[in-house]
Amino acid sequence: MSALRFTKDHEWIRVDGDTGTVGISDYAQEQLGDIVFVDLPDVGKSLAKGDEAAVVESVKAASEIYAPVNGEVAEVNQALADEPAKVNTDPMGEGWFLKMKIADAAELDELMDEAAYDAYLESLR
Amino acid sequence: MSDHHQDPLLRTPLYDLHVARGGRMVPFAGYAMPVQYPTGIIAEHRQTRESASLFDVSHMGQVRLRGAEAAKALETLVPGDIQGLKEGRIRYTLFTADNGGILDDLMVTNAGDHLHLVVNAACREADIAHLERGLGGACAIEVLSDRALLALQGPKAATALARLAPESAELGFMRAAPMTIDGVEAFVSRSGYTGEDGFEISIPADAAERLAAMLLDQPEIEPAGLGARDSLRLEAGLCLYGHDIDTGTTPIEADLAWTISKRRREEGGFPGAEKILAELKDGVPRKRVGFRLEGRGVAREGAEIVDSDGRQIGVVTSGTFGPTVEAAIGMAYVEASAAGAGTPISATVRERALAGTITPMPFVPHRYHKS
Repeated sequence: MSALRFTKDHEWIRVDGDTGTVGISDYAQEQLGDIVFVDLPDVGKSLAKGDEAAVVESVKAASEIYAPVNGEVAEVNQALADEPAKVNTDPMGEGWFLKMKIADAAELDELMDEAAYDAYLESLR
Repeated sequence: MSDHHQDPLLRTPLYDLHVARGGRMVPFAGYAMPVQYPTGIIAEHRQTRESASLFDVSHMGQVRLRGAEAAKALETLVPGDIQGLKEGRIRYTLFTADNGGILDDLMVTNAGDHLHLVVNAACREADIAHLERGLGGACAIEVLSDRALLALQGPKAATALARLAPESAELGFMRAAPMTIDGVEAFVSRSGYTGEDGFEISIPADAAERLAAMLLDQPEIEPAGLGARDSLRLEAGLCLYGHDIDTGTTPIEADLAWTISKRRREEGGFPGAEKILAELKDGVPRKRVGFRLEGRGVAREGAEIVDSDGRQIGVVTSGTFGPTVEAAIGMAYVEASAAGAGTPISATVRERALAGTITPMPFVPHRYHKS
């Protein structure tokens, strides 16, 4: 079973069993602008919910990406090293950042589903 | 907690045009300015290097100085040779402070019956007060608050502008002349801040939107925002006031000694002359340099520069990923002994050392017009 959840900071996590794939939303990539570098964490690193998980560099600025839930980094998207612009072109797909082993699946319930996230975005406009 | 009053952002005469074209408006020096359009900073940057872009720089201050003694009077505030500036010529210079620091950088044009100054938006009010104090009754100071300023930059800028203002083709680099564009009185300079050929066009505010739209109708030209302007000037090795130069840096530390002419070096007579001329003779402990990093990680303003032993030797003042050089580049002030091109350094970013090298500037060769 796979479920997609979003944070108020515009990260998404796609859950498959006890593993979650993490990236940033289309809204977030558009706000950041052209992405030129993604600084990814080391595999095995423990992340608490809200910890800095990665840093995205655009031409203008560096922005932190936060862990949506507690867990451990299981894999990072090596393809972003050569093609960081994938985050702009396919933020929900090939532009994923990392996979994490989720410590407590119950934390996912605190995040927004797609409909709730869409409503949240609407409230920001 | 802060409850101090936030003034509403000012708008340039092109505000509506920016919004209509999808410009992302951000606060900059008290103005709402487009940081980018929907195409994005990298595309706008490349458009400028490959064809031509139109930038709104109306937030910058335009000032006229009138009077027979204007050039002589202005020389009491800047180290540049203004009296020797021939009619129709432009010079880059600096307002220096008594301690040798830099109050602002500016362009001065000898427009015949007056001097035309263009100063930074963030410094405009302070510069005007400084001119009023410093020039006293020596000349009349007229702030042009009813004029817009457009920067048309790129290798195809001349071709495009020549269609609307044929005389512009005759202008040499760093020269300026009044001309008429579609019936509008314009003061056109062949200058800019991107390292490319191009023009800065001063026009009445009420004609700005129409002329900007005419320029944008030319097939060579697209709009570009402040984001691309910043990455372009950095690749061109040009200083951004408030970052690469400020009241805590001297012209010599900033590697801007070339702005001080032979006569001014001999005569002095500008604020901070004693210190600046002594530095010119004896050298300085630190210098503004360019650097290039090996990976894609960017070292931004405030990042430390360290030597191969891990000792801090400087600090970054500007940094980005240069879309044309396709590398992380920046400017820093480093100890003079480490300022030589080719010196290996690293920049500390998020507690990691990013390896790099001191690199000559500009990072992208200037392609100014040669007449």
